[in-house]
Amino acid sequence: MAFATSRAEASKGGFRLSMLIYDTRFRAITLQVVALILFLLFIGWLTDNVIRNLDAKGKDINFGFLWVRAGYDIEQTLIPYTNDDNHGRAVIIGLLNTLVVAFFGCILATVVGVIVGVLRLSNNWLISRLMTIYVEIFRNVPLLLWILLVFVVISETMPAPADFKITPAILESRAALAGLEAQAGGNGLWMRIATLKLGSLPFILWLLAFIGITVAAWQFASARFQGAKAALIAAIPALIWVIMALTVFSPSLSGGPAADAQLAEIGATEPAASKFFFDSIAVTNRGTNIPAPLLDRPLGGTEFAGVPVNFSVLAVIAVLIVSLLANRAVVKRAKSIQESTGNRPTTWYISLVILFLPLILLLLALGLHWEVPGFPVNDQGVSTGFNLRGGIQVMHSFTALLIALALYTSAFIAEIVRAGIQAIPRGQSEAAAALGLRPGRTMRLVVLPQALRVIIPPLISQYLNLTKNTSLGIAVSYLDLRGTLGGITLNQTGRELEAMLLMMLIYLTISLIISMGMNAFNAAVKLKER
Amino acid sequence: MKKSAIIGALAASTLLVGAAHAATLDDVKARGELNCGVNVGLTGFGMADANGTWVGFDVDLCRAVAAAVLGDPTKVKFVPTTGETRFTALASGEVDLLVRNSTATFTRDVDLKFDFVGINYYDGQGFMVKKELGVSSAKELDGATVCIQTGTTTELNLADFFKANNLSYTPVTVQDDSEAQRQYLAGACDAYTTDASGLAAGRATMADAENHIILPEIISKEPLGPAVRHGDNVWGDIVRWTYNALLIAEEKGVTKANIEEVAGSSTDPEVRRLLGLEGEMGAMFGLDNDFAKRAIAANGNYGEIFEANLGTGTPIGLARGLNALWTQGGLQYAWPMR
Repeated sequence: MAFATSRAEASKGGFRLSMLIYDTRFRAITLQVVALILFLLFIGWLTDNVIRNLDAKGKDINFGFLWVRAGYDIEQTLIPYTNDDNHGRAVIIGLLNTLVVAFFGCILATVVGVIVGVLRLSNNWLISRLMTIYVEIFRNVPLLLWILLVFVVISETMPAPADFKITPAILESRAALAGLEAQAGGNGLWMRIATLKLGSLPFILWLLAFIGITVAAWQFASARFQGAKAALIAAIPALIWVIMALTVFSPSLSGGPAADAQLAEIGATEPAASKFFFDSIAVTNRGTNIPAPLLDRPLGGTEFAGVPVNFSVLAVIAVLIVSLLANRAVVKRAKSIQESTGNRPTTWYISLVILFLPLILLLLALGLHWEVPGFPVNDQGVSTGFNLRGGIQVMHSFTALLIALALYTSAFIAEIVRAGIQAIPRGQSEAAAALGLRPGRTMRLVVLPQALRVIIPPLISQYLNLTKNTSLGIAVSYLDLRGTLGGITLNQTGRELEAMLLMMLIYLTISLIISMGMNAFNAAVKLKER
Repeated sequence: MKKSAIIGALAASTLLVGAAHAATLDDVKARGELNCGVNVGLTGFGMADANGTWVGFDVDLCRAVAAAVLGDPTKVKFVPTTGETRFTALASGEVDLLVRNSTATFTRDVDLKFDFVGINYYDGQGFMVKKELGVSSAKELDGATVCIQTGTTTELNLADFFKANNLSYTPVTVQDDSEAQRQYLAGACDAYTTDASGLAAGRATMADAENHIILPEIISKEPLGPAVRHGDNVWGDIVRWTYNALLIAEEKGVTKANIEEVAGSSTDPEVRRLLGLEGEMGAMFGLDNDFAKRAIAANGNYGEIFEANLGTGTPIGLARGLNALWTQGGLQYAWPMR
């Protein structure tokens, strides 16, 4: 380099070697070249040292272990994996586990962070102080503690899977209860009304709610309608509340045919724990069991480079994309009509149809139904096995890591959002207010779009932090990249250096990809200078 | 000039590193202390008691080696290692000797470049479950959630066992024994699997030990033994023969209590060689001739160490079983000292 630039000089006054040091034109280059050589020598020395020392121990650098049978199992995998697969596939499983928790973590952290950041600037004293407390608590306690805390709380407070089981004792109790009911003449509607526990706390609460609902409904109806029509409309909620008392609330409001003492003698007639949400989601001390979507008429699938590709999922994605594009065209047309005539045509029902109807039709055509998790039962109706079967089990290690990462990072994002909003001159919101925009719209249409330019660059580093922090999942046995490649694979093969190098390379690649994506987004939203 | 200086420094540093691994015996003697890798906490095998003193079956072997080499069983620095960190600690020279109920396997011997110089405990992998589950055999564990320590051979055995019996399970991988027990007791897993001795030790510390049972199936061979770095044969020999000396002492009835008396009166040539009264055994690998006598005097012979830490008199209550001397139907068979 130095020689190439010196050719012109040499022709003029002759180039002497001493000029490399004494001539200011060359000195900078000389110093840089020397620094570069020293740096390369240092790297070379480090590498050489590593190789020699490994050699002295009789070890080499060899990535062949990636093609050897792994032999261990992973509790949670996104793509199929068995212990017969090789270490390379285990690494990919770990990588996907890292990415999935980072992906959902970033989304959740952004949503919570933006809400908290905006609310922290609220004029409401209580809300803004609460948000300040939120931010200070979450960002000033180490992340590892949050992960452990969330994990311990959800795994220690939830019931064991066995509590969801129907045992022979429960079946006996049920038979005994049925016998009592038959003796007393069934457990029909009249029986329930006859045995209402009028003085009990649940009934008093129900009655208070009944009065409140009726009064509120009457006020609502009488303000809008006249006479009989108002009375009719006011009666609907009250009627619903009475029906609920006779059905949903019935067990706590009425005594049933058997006296409490008799019931206690019979014992429990239901398992100790029950599932939420129409009996479909079970939260145990091990994980959350959610229903899995199943298709009666799937479109099949294939395998691409070891990764299964499901055509049904692709079809759903394709339909969604087409719907979104069509909806955009509708909105665009409405906008152009508004600009030319000043009247915006009503489009919400068209959008609704375009967005949802094709998807619903497709899912109906594929025969979508849900596989609800539950214990298998034997001939007598007694639950067998150790865990709920069917559905998808989301392990608590994932949930805890996701919640803790999202809450912790959201505290930082909230501060970034607040800083971004405060960077917008007051004049902007005052001008918007002068135009008659309400505060919500001012924030959404005027302030936030401008604040984005300030927010995005620091947001990138928060996303990077979150992604790298997923490696703390090792504390709750979440098998991410650190858990598979840097944990079990490293241990079983003894290839510490190779595993560490590979892991660093993968994390570096992920980080660079995230930065690239966010930089592209930043370029799209930043001030356009022409 | 500059380059040659760097190469010189490089060569020197390489030599230094090389030398550091060559003669562990000299290092230990110069340091005046034995660095011994032990379990972070496994009752009976290696754990710090309430006063911070390390006690256990593996710990006593460390002390015996320290007594043999340095003449003082207390000159040991115990380095607690997890299943994940143990082999790195040994390979890097952080510990001179690893006595951490580690299974001797082909890969560890050949690929990881360690030498298992003896088997101080013949073990096998078992399962512990809560009695209330009503399980009486490991083959009934289909669909169960199993707690397993990561970085261990048990991890692989577990996968093999369930596969061979066409059963399914969910693994919960944890870092060490205490965390595994916490998860197991909290109900995060139905069964806990590790070496049967570890299960017995763990159960002994549980408040409601009678509510847990160890299933009859032993699903693997787990020969546990002290490991040293490959290539330093003198150091390996010292550890091997210290261990063998403890076995021979039991065979010959030499105990901590009667060792001086036996030394004064015994006419048995092997006992006399063992106690350094005849022959030049110790001098052959750079120690003095009564190295074995000091090792036995530290905590007694193999049988005494077993009974004190694991035996039927302790809460763990393990029978000698496979670990009885060969003369009593076990597998512990010392090489002759001659």
